[in-house]
Amino acid sequence: MTLSAPTRTPPSRDQPRRTLRIGPVSGTYRTRQLVVPVALLVVLLLTAAVSLGRGDYPIGVTDVLGVLVGVGDDTQRLIVLQLRLPRIAVAVGVGLALGMSGALIQTFARNPLASPDFLGITGGASVGAVAVIVLGGTTTVSGALGGLGLAAAALAGGLLMALLIFGLAWRGGIDGYRLVLVGVGLAAMAQAGVSWLLTRSTLFDAAAANVWITGSLNGRGWEQVRPLAIALVVLVPAALALNRVLAVLAFGDETARALGVRVPLAQAVVVLVGVALAAFAVSAAGPIQFVALVVPQIAVRLTGGSRPPLLAAGVLGALLVVASDLLARTVLPDSFPVGVVTAIVGAPYLLWLLVRGRRRSTL
Amino acid sequence: MTAPTHSPVVPATTPTAQVRLAAEGVRLAYGDKVVVDDLDLQLTEGSFTAIVGPNGCGKSTLLRALGRLLRPTSGSVLLDGRAITSTPTREVAKVLGMLPQTPLAPEGLTVADLVARGRHPHQSWLRQWSGDDEAVVTEALRWTDMTELADTPVDALSGGQRQRAWISMALAQGTDLLLLDEPTTYLDLAHQVDVLELVGRLHTERGRTVVVVLHDLNLAARYAQRLVAMKDGVLVAAGTPAEVLTEQLLADVFELEARVVPDPVTGTPMVVPVRRLR
Repeated sequence: MTLSAPTRTPPSRDQPRRTLRIGPVSGTYRTRQLVVPVALLVVLLLTAAVSLGRGDYPIGVTDVLGVLVGVGDDTQRLIVLQLRLPRIAVAVGVGLALGMSGALIQTFARNPLASPDFLGITGGASVGAVAVIVLGGTTTVSGALGGLGLAAAALAGGLLMALLIFGLAWRGGIDGYRLVLVGVGLAAMAQAGVSWLLTRSTLFDAAAANVWITGSLNGRGWEQVRPLAIALVVLVPAALALNRVLAVLAFGDETARALGVRVPLAQAVVVLVGVALAAFAVSAAGPIQFVALVVPQIAVRLTGGSRPPLLAAGVLGALLVVASDLLARTVLPDSFPVGVVTAIVGAPYLLWLLVRGRRRSTL
Repeated sequence: MTAPTHSPVVPATTPTAQVRLAAEGVRLAYGDKVVVDDLDLQLTEGSFTAIVGPNGCGKSTLLRALGRLLRPTSGSVLLDGRAITSTPTREVAKVLGMLPQTPLAPEGLTVADLVARGRHPHQSWLRQWSGDDEAVVTEALRWTDMTELADTPVDALSGGQRQRAWISMALAQGTDLLLLDEPTTYLDLAHQVDVLELVGRLHTERGRTVVVVLHDLNLAARYAQRLVAMKDGVLVAAGTPAEVLTEQLLADVFELEARVVPDPVTGTPMVVPVRRLR
């Protein structure tokens, strides 16, 4: 038996840039960078339709699609639109936010390990949420009131942690390496905080907190969708608008400044948008692990190019979370948290990245 | 900071040439450590200046300040008579290009993409790739002989090719002034000559005003019209290579006993080291 190295398309096979000019508007694109997100979007739509059809009252994919475009009987409409759609909408929104957040932060830090998971942002959100569960006397995570308080606490925890990372890493600008180190330190502290809270909690609260920490879509409704949707309407265009400046920031501070970018300002905006995306995602569904880490790296391998593509990473993130949720609900035992599935996919991928990275550095 | 006293600083300007970039009494420091103190320097339109000096003399620091990557703690750098630190950085980027010593490109980035990024200061959110941009980038690639390598990733290039690619980017930026920090570092002699030939052509054929930090005195003397010698953060001498590269200056600034003979190829001064002075 012979072992052959995995063949990877060399980047030199990258497609040439195509030019688009309409009046005063001009830009460049690569066909793959447009085709990949569109293809992923189609797969996402189909996966979501399958997911919307699965449950105690199964509905076929064509019927689900019918309901989504406005036809279908009342029972189907009630089940799909009222009962099942909010959960899938949260899954899509959370995946989109995590994928884009990861792409922003990884590009900025020039480090594929820089993701909200590793930087302690999700850890900060966990501390906030677990504190509400354990200290706030919320008896159930899925209760509407508890859910909202939990989301607010998680958001506050995530943003607070982001400010802390920012404050500690800031030296008249942010060095990506320093950001990662500060983030890893704070993530460990957040982990300790969560553990401490759990030791002080009752068994029942601890169980509820554990489900939340894993990341779960169970019992998510419109009250989670609304704040997430509002955040995405602001943050997604903001992230896409940063694409041009990200291309130059990827060269490092000095070159970016030489090319006329106000580096500290640009860095601050990139990190804030990335962190806010992650914090809103975590507040809606808990810290769903590895999505922000894995998705940008897969996306860049699908589209080619030198850095994670924002749009493709967002759509792929949504697809990963929706598909993981579908797996968790159908193949695995009842109410299996989606975060477990994304971790099962994500952890081996992380190992592969590390092994591959080491191999390259010893070449 | 004891500056050698022998050599008078030669006035940098001829009356006709316009001063494009000037340092006026600049003090440069990293934290509390002052690297350059009270330095004056004028760079005129169309000049090719090489800054030389021993390791740690502050020459790269000075270049960073001239390229507004480092803000002086006192004094000021003037670009076309205006304080560079109070000029919008994007406006500066249209006039002044700067290559750091070892610039890094993201993994997998192609030469064409790298050179295209040179157009960044000329672009806006709506106008990301105009016909002008395309023409300038095509021309920059052709002029630096990089057209055939346009679709090759920068990290797959040899050291010399990589430096050409970055110079091509600086050319695409379309600036009158170009500052290069040790562009020949890590290159073998043939590629050092190749890169400096290219920079020299930027000066002679494209009319660029060039400032370059160089270690190799013989190459500096051959390609630059004007040398600026620094020691311990002080500008010791400035003038033509023949005026600056004297045996006395080499002893004072580089602590090197050396003979200076005419370069058999170009007639510019050539330093032949004898031994280190202590």
